[in-house]
Amino acid sequence: MPETSSDAAVLDPPDLKTPVVEFEDVSFYFEGKPVLQNISFAVERGQTLILLGPAGCGKSVLLKLANGLLKPDEGHIRVFGEEMARMRRREVYALRGRIGMVFQESALFDSMTVEDNVAYRLHEERMPEAEAHARVVEALKFVELEDAIQKFPSELSGGMRRRVSIARAIISNPDLILYDSPTGGLDPITSTTIIELVMKQRDVSHTTSLVVTHRLQDAFILATHRFDPAIGAMKPIPKDGPDGGIDAGTKFLMLNEGKIVFHGTTEDLVHSDDPWIKRYLE
Amino acid sequence: MTLLSPEALIKKQIAAVQEYSILSWTAIADIFTRPRYWADIFTQMDSIGVGSMPIIIMSGFFTGCVLALQSVTALQEFGAVSMTGSLVSLSMVKELGPVLTGLMVSGRNAAGMASELGSMKVTEQIDAMRALGTDPIRKLVTPRLIATVFMLFFLTIIADTAGIAGGTLVAVSMLGLNAGSYLHSSYSSLVHGDVVQGLTKPIFSGFIIATVGCYFGMKTTGGTQGVGRATTQAVVVSSVFIIIADFLVTRVMIGIFGS
Repeated sequence: MPETSSDAAVLDPPDLKTPVVEFEDVSFYFEGKPVLQNISFAVERGQTLILLGPAGCGKSVLLKLANGLLKPDEGHIRVFGEEMARMRRREVYALRGRIGMVFQESALFDSMTVEDNVAYRLHEERMPEAEAHARVVEALKFVELEDAIQKFPSELSGGMRRRVSIARAIISNPDLILYDSPTGGLDPITSTTIIELVMKQRDVSHTTSLVVTHRLQDAFILATHRFDPAIGAMKPIPKDGPDGGIDAGTKFLMLNEGKIVFHGTTEDLVHSDDPWIKRYLE
Repeated sequence: MTLLSPEALIKKQIAAVQEYSILSWTAIADIFTRPRYWADIFTQMDSIGVGSMPIIIMSGFFTGCVLALQSVTALQEFGAVSMTGSLVSLSMVKELGPVLTGLMVSGRNAAGMASELGSMKVTEQIDAMRALGTDPIRKLVTPRLIATVFMLFFLTIIADTAGIAGGTLVAVSMLGLNAGSYLHSSYSSLVHGDVVQGLTKPIFSGFIIATVGCYFGMKTTGGTQGVGRATTQAVVVSSVFIIIADFLVTRVMIGIFGS
């Protein structure tokens, strides 16, 4: 356990007007080949941006760039108004204290129990054990997995691992959550459970999020449903209501071959005349 | 496997040296700044130090035994059998103790570090650690570096002791030498410079084992096959580096203390 707590507390509080994530003309190359080219977009506070696109179009790379796990070759990326590429190593790690990330394959620490995995960040911050345990139980209740607290990741199913990963990402109440294909490789029923959790986090905690997916069904469920805490489940947004059946805070960004082909609302996406988008949506 | 042009190959090697140097420098710099992961340091000390003791004692002991047997055969020709203790202790303390310990710990722990960190790398656990706000060099590399350098120093002393004990056992029980004169010859032949030389080497070997093992682990790509490749490379490279470092340290020490 470290001697001192994270530096997260010394960072400035979130500025409500600054976009949470801002990409400005970002390009990224892998072994000389372009993976992302001239990507520019911004995610406002409380917004959910769904990143759509075929496999290999650079969605996961974009998410890793947003978290500073990769550095852009060109352009600027600002998270909470701070440009990670220009920050010192220590400051980057402190900033990441405000970002939660759910990995494609969960990326749980396989030598730790579910409790230690979920409490990882709290242990790093030297939170007292009793308090950390209470927070872990709370987070595991959120993902409906409190019975698995003493299990190891190898004893869990793929869907359960993904839920633990979500619990680990949300335990410190981050200001931004990055979901990298949270439903990838899961059966449709488990996928819906995971999407419901993403939606619950969006609608209960109003956390800004970037959701990478290649499953259109998941994307449109997120755009057309809301989590109802009264019934503890998601339900469709009424089409005759003020929102017209669509969550106004959920936007789409479509990528193809490393370039943005669409950025806008759900309505604009479904009414797009672009032949590639039409074909993709069909 | 893709074939690289000579230019690309050289660039790749230079980049690897640069990456290794940055990793090593960062790991050293992290020793002097907070946070420090004491629990991880002690866990690694237990794994590297206590865990390696049986193989170090065994290899040191039997090396001492063989050394005594071989020395007697050669020394008999010159009527200098009484010098056996001196030859065994000098060989063990100055050369065989540090090098054998380095190579044995390299085989055991550089491989262990490369495979453990490599598995974490290919399953995105290192990325997850970074995403959770923890610096993997500070959390994974620095504790291994401190633990290896610290424990290898003491493992070398244990190997030296076991080797001298093995030599004594063979000399007394099999070759019929007098235990008192054997041990006196062993002790009196060692001077300050020999001990300093023998105990300087494990500091370099420990550094090489930890940094090379962690470097290959942290740059692993290509799934389980990549983990296997990283493990092999870590053992091979660290073993070769230990022998090169042994030569260089010996040369410097001879320059300082004389032969």
